Amino acid sequence: MTQVERHSYDVVVVGAGGAGLRAAIEARSQGMRTAVICKSLFGKAHTVMAEGGIAASMGNVNENDNWQVHFRDTMRGGKFLNQWRMAELHAKEAPDRVWELETWGALFDRTKDGKISQRNFGGHEYPRLAHVGDRTGLELIRTLQQKIVSLQQEDKKEFGDYEARIKVFQECTVTRVLKEDGRVAGIFGYVRESGRFFVIEAPSVVLATGGIGKSFKVTSNSWEYTGDGHALALLAGAPLINMEFVQFHPTGMVWPPSVKGILVTESVRGDGGVLRNSDGKRFMFDYIPDVFKEKYAQDEAEADGWYTAPDTHRRPPELLPRDEVARAINAEVKAGRGSPHGGVFLDVSTRLPAEEIKRRLPSMHHQFKELADVDITAEPMEVGPTCHYVMGGVDVDPDTAAATGVLGLFAAGEVAGGMHGSNRLGGNSLSDLLVFGRRAGLHAATYAADLGGSRPRIAEEQIDNAAAEALRPFSAEDTGTVGGRAENPYALHQELQQTMNDLVGIIRRAGEMEEALRRLADLRVRSRAAGVEGHRQFNPGWHLAIDLRNMLLVSECVARAALERTESRGGHTRDDYPEMDRQWRKSNLVCELADYRGGPAGQDPAMGQIKLTRSDMPPIRADLLALFEKDELLKYLTDEELSA
Amino acid sequence: MSYTGRFKVWRGDAGGGELQDFEVEVNEGEVVLDIIHRLQATQAHDLAVRWNCKAGKCGSCSAEINGRPRLMCMTRMSVFDESETVTVTPMRTFPVVRDLVTDVSFNYTKAREIPSFVPPPRLGPGEYRMQQEDVERSQEFRKCIECFLCQNVCHVVRDHEENKTAFAGPRFLMRMAELDMHPLDAAEETGLDRKTTAQDEHGLGYCNITKCCTEVCPEHIKITDNALIPLKERAADRKYDPLVWLGSVIRRRGAID
Amino acid sequence: MATTQTPGTGTGIRTPGRASIPDRHLRTDRWWLAPTVTVAVLTAFVIYSTWRAFANSDYYAAPYVSPFYSPCLASNCVPMKGGADLQIFGPWWGISPALIVLIFPLGFRLTCYYYRKAYYRGFWAAPPACAVAEPHAKYSGETRFPLILQNIHRYFFYFAVIFAVILSYDAVLGFRNAAGQWGHMGLGTLVLLVNIALIWVYTLSCHSCRHIVGGRLKNFSKHPVRYRMWTWVGKLNARHMALAWASLVSVALADFYVYLVASGAFHDPRFF
Repeated sequence: MTQVERHSYDVVVVGAGGAGLRAAIEARSQGMRTAVICKSLFGKAHTVMAEGGIAASMGNVNENDNWQVHFRDTMRGGKFLNQWRMAELHAKEAPDRVWELETWGALFDRTKDGKISQRNFGGHEYPRLAHVGDRTGLELIRTLQQKIVSLQQEDKKEFGDYEARIKVFQECTVTRVLKEDGRVAGIFGYVRESGRFFVIEAPSVVLATGGIGKSFKVTSNSWEYTGDGHALALLAGAPLINMEFVQFHPTGMVWPPSVKGILVTESVRGDGGVLRNSDGKRFMFDYIPDVFKEKYAQDEAEADGWYTAPDTHRRPPELLPRDEVARAINAEVKAGRGSPHGGVFLDVSTRLPAEEIKRRLPSMHHQFKELADVDITAEPMEVGPTCHYVMGGVDVDPDTAAATGVLGLFAAGEVAGGMHGSNRLGGNSLSDLLVFGRRAGLHAATYAADLGGSRPRIAEEQIDNAAAEALRPFSAEDTGTVGGRAENPYALHQELQQTMNDLVGIIRRAGEMEEALRRLADLRVRSRAAGVEGHRQFNPGWHLAIDLRNMLLVSECVARAALERTESRGGHTRDDYPEMDRQWRKSNLVCELADYRGGPAGQDPAMGQIKLTRSDMPPIRADLLALFEKDELLKYLTDEELSA
Repeated sequence: MSYTGRFKVWRGDAGGGELQDFEVEVNEGEVVLDIIHRLQATQAHDLAVRWNCKAGKCGSCSAEINGRPRLMCMTRMSVFDESETVTVTPMRTFPVVRDLVTDVSFNYTKAREIPSFVPPPRLGPGEYRMQQEDVERSQEFRKCIECFLCQNVCHVVRDHEENKTAFAGPRFLMRMAELDMHPLDAAEETGLDRKTTAQDEHGLGYCNITKCCTEVCPEHIKITDNALIPLKERAADRKYDPLVWLGSVIRRRGAID
Repeated sequence: MATTQTPGTGTGIRTPGRASIPDRHLRTDRWWLAPTVTVAVLTAFVIYSTWRAFANSDYYAAPYVSPFYSPCLASNCVPMKGGADLQIFGPWWGISPALIVLIFPLGFRLTCYYYRKAYYRGFWAAPPACAVAEPHAKYSGETRFPLILQNIHRYFFYFAVIFAVILSYDAVLGFRNAAGQWGHMGLGTLVLLVNIALIWVYTLSCHSCRHIVGGRLKNFSKHPVRYRMWTWVGKLNARHMALAWASLVSVALADFYVYLVASGAFHDPRFF
């Protein structure tokens, strides 16, 4: 029997980004004893990297905006693959979630009449993004963090203990969700600092772990984004959907090499920045797809007029949804019209006065000055696509955020699938975190409360297995298959990133993805021999060896689903199937673990870990369909769907 | 354009440690954190370092480089001579956990001691109206990424462990200033005077405005000039200025009449 | 390779539990330069001003008066035609009249938020420079007497404004000739003008001034005029350090110029 530290809570939230913290606040407000577990320090989550803003149709800048317009934009952006009920809830509830932040102390930029200012963004018909300069994510995290502190101060007054009802376990990693009879019983994890194992008994677990970007070489994501929540769900028996849709943000830094992939906010384009190739040509006009022809300007004069008179001009093509812009940049670079370091030029210096740039884009100015020695008020930036976001994730119930198939498991934020369809609009992620973070917290609390005394119990055997699995890297040298020598986890990680980047990246081909699956299988076998030296106290090599399991699982999901979907849509572009296919629209590809017994699968390289199935989405509700013109629907929906 | 750089990195834990010498490849455009990662991947797999965004936005990779508190991800290698030995140590104000990782719980303890924002009782969500010029002061302080470099460099606690109980540190005194300048904070209506408590309970008086917090701030927040000194002046209004006191008494009288 | 250091047993950076590094600091730059220059310049100024304040001579050369001796408040002041010699202190005041008034500008600078930083670092080494350990075993900052008195800085600011008005008046008087007729100007006039200009911008850039004109407000939007004033003072305030040094040097130079002229060592060139 493994000796572990034990705790008991009503709700455990895994992840302390926007969704996790919002879920925790809600669960605690429902009176539940809540634990939050995060891999980094409290307040450092990847949400701080979000720059542009929170999309919410408050209509502060343009009164014509409302939830219906927001819903429409979201569905268009996702190419109608979105779980429409989620998109509906999201559009309806986002304003309340933003206003609520103000009552917790958030300070957004203001309009002249003192309301929350809203800015333009790609794919959004009206100025819609509540923002604070270009550091909105930081404001969001800090506000939620400070709200949690304020709840803790209340508890201190009432119970004499700050942590009486909400506790943050920082720098801890969860490696397994534990179950009893198909119901969540708790989690198993380790403290990064000391390497000690711990178990939390809890009937409700909310996954809010973010994305999977660290499986790709060029990414805007931080080290934390190893797909933990995706993998935890799979291992617990909950399916993932839409994993083939990975968003490549069109504008990441391309130079210097060490910062390659770091995000350049879309606000640069929203505020007037334009994309040019090495010939100085504003090339985006050549890449407006047919479905968007009516909505976007056809020449520079019209596009430039839009910034000052948006009602009489169509928007500039730089503000097309992210997938379109990313593909366009990719094509320009491939055609040899790229910048010296393999990107294209993003120029705001000739478009706005220097002072205005510094005021509107302070972090970008700072970032380029400090990291690349480039003054964006005087010269263009070099940018290129970077892996940014995964649309796919845990298959959840739209209203309750409950994961399919596992009672007591919930998911919100990037780790949940469906909401964004095949492509997420900028600004929709922060609002997604708040809307579904709250819903997950609420329903996790309700579920735990309804259980009463009949909570599932954790079997000791599960704890022993989880501990053995976590400790395997220390004994890898004994079991290693490669000449008895342990594999270097850092080297394995680099190979994985290179594989995904090259073979399952922004443009995909069947042959390459088959090759990727072969390499992934090989990596899976070698990863079992990933060994580490030293001891358990703050040992990054060990942490990485454990995270590799998760990255390999989700990478296989991405590759298998991408190979299966024989069309191009949103964040999934097939060179061999370049067209969008209406037949594919209503289909989700579902990933499940092939071997449910939860044993350390993958001994046999030929056998994958993932079983892929197809499932159809429920038809879009009629009143929501009625928000669109028939002509537009024809581009996405099949004739049968329309006539029904 | 690569060269072999010489590094001294502190390795050890609370039980002791030392500066260890390393020779490692340095490439054009790299920052100190890249080098630490290369050491991790090639020479010292278990070298402990805390980091996250690698873009100066999360404030995780705080350390001391050639004796100066800095973010490792925002310190370009090009600022050093190729022949120079670069010394990297953990922050020296907080207890060390291992190698470059320190225990920063002091800061989280202090954060909890600062009374939170008090929402105005008469305004519901969506009814807040604030002008840009009224939120700008507090917005500057909310740029803080909580790297705790200011807390680390401040001699009040760096050189005097015993002051840690009485002194909140620049980051959290700035948080008090932020709330006191928030146009809709209703603390006063609940009987909480942030100006007085900053001085009486959070150690504002320990600050001797020697400005190291401002010097090391990676966000270039003017902590001393815009937060600490204004807060000192506000505290002086309450505690040390008989004229302001007299004025407020007269005004209160006037309001009652 | 260095030998492993056992954890510290001392205080400050050698407190048990912190990374055991024996060095007081690991800075490789010239961190000692700034505090050294501060000490040198301030010491020079103190020596010079002490000499001049006690000298009780060569402080008036019509139409110029040294800023150290204005206003002149004792009956032993030399007569200054139209100047601020008010003779409030009777003949019982036997020593230099400068000593009556110098306490005010001195107090203003002594409690100034910038000078505090400069001398706490330079003279008191608390700390000598950022991340360089200070030598003191105990530290209570400005929480106790006497340093708690720094909080009355604003009162010195009020006096500093009065003094700036008087020195402005002195500078205007410089547009006379030695006989008291208006419409003339010499190099001394220019020296006094530059000096008073620097004293004004230094005085107005004061942190207390910034607080008083607008900083204390919660809502700028309700006080647009004070907001604008606060913005201006804020711009000056950002240069408080430079202005503190510039005005310190200029006040000493202005006095020295008057001394040279009054003692006959230098003849004031007249422009018209």
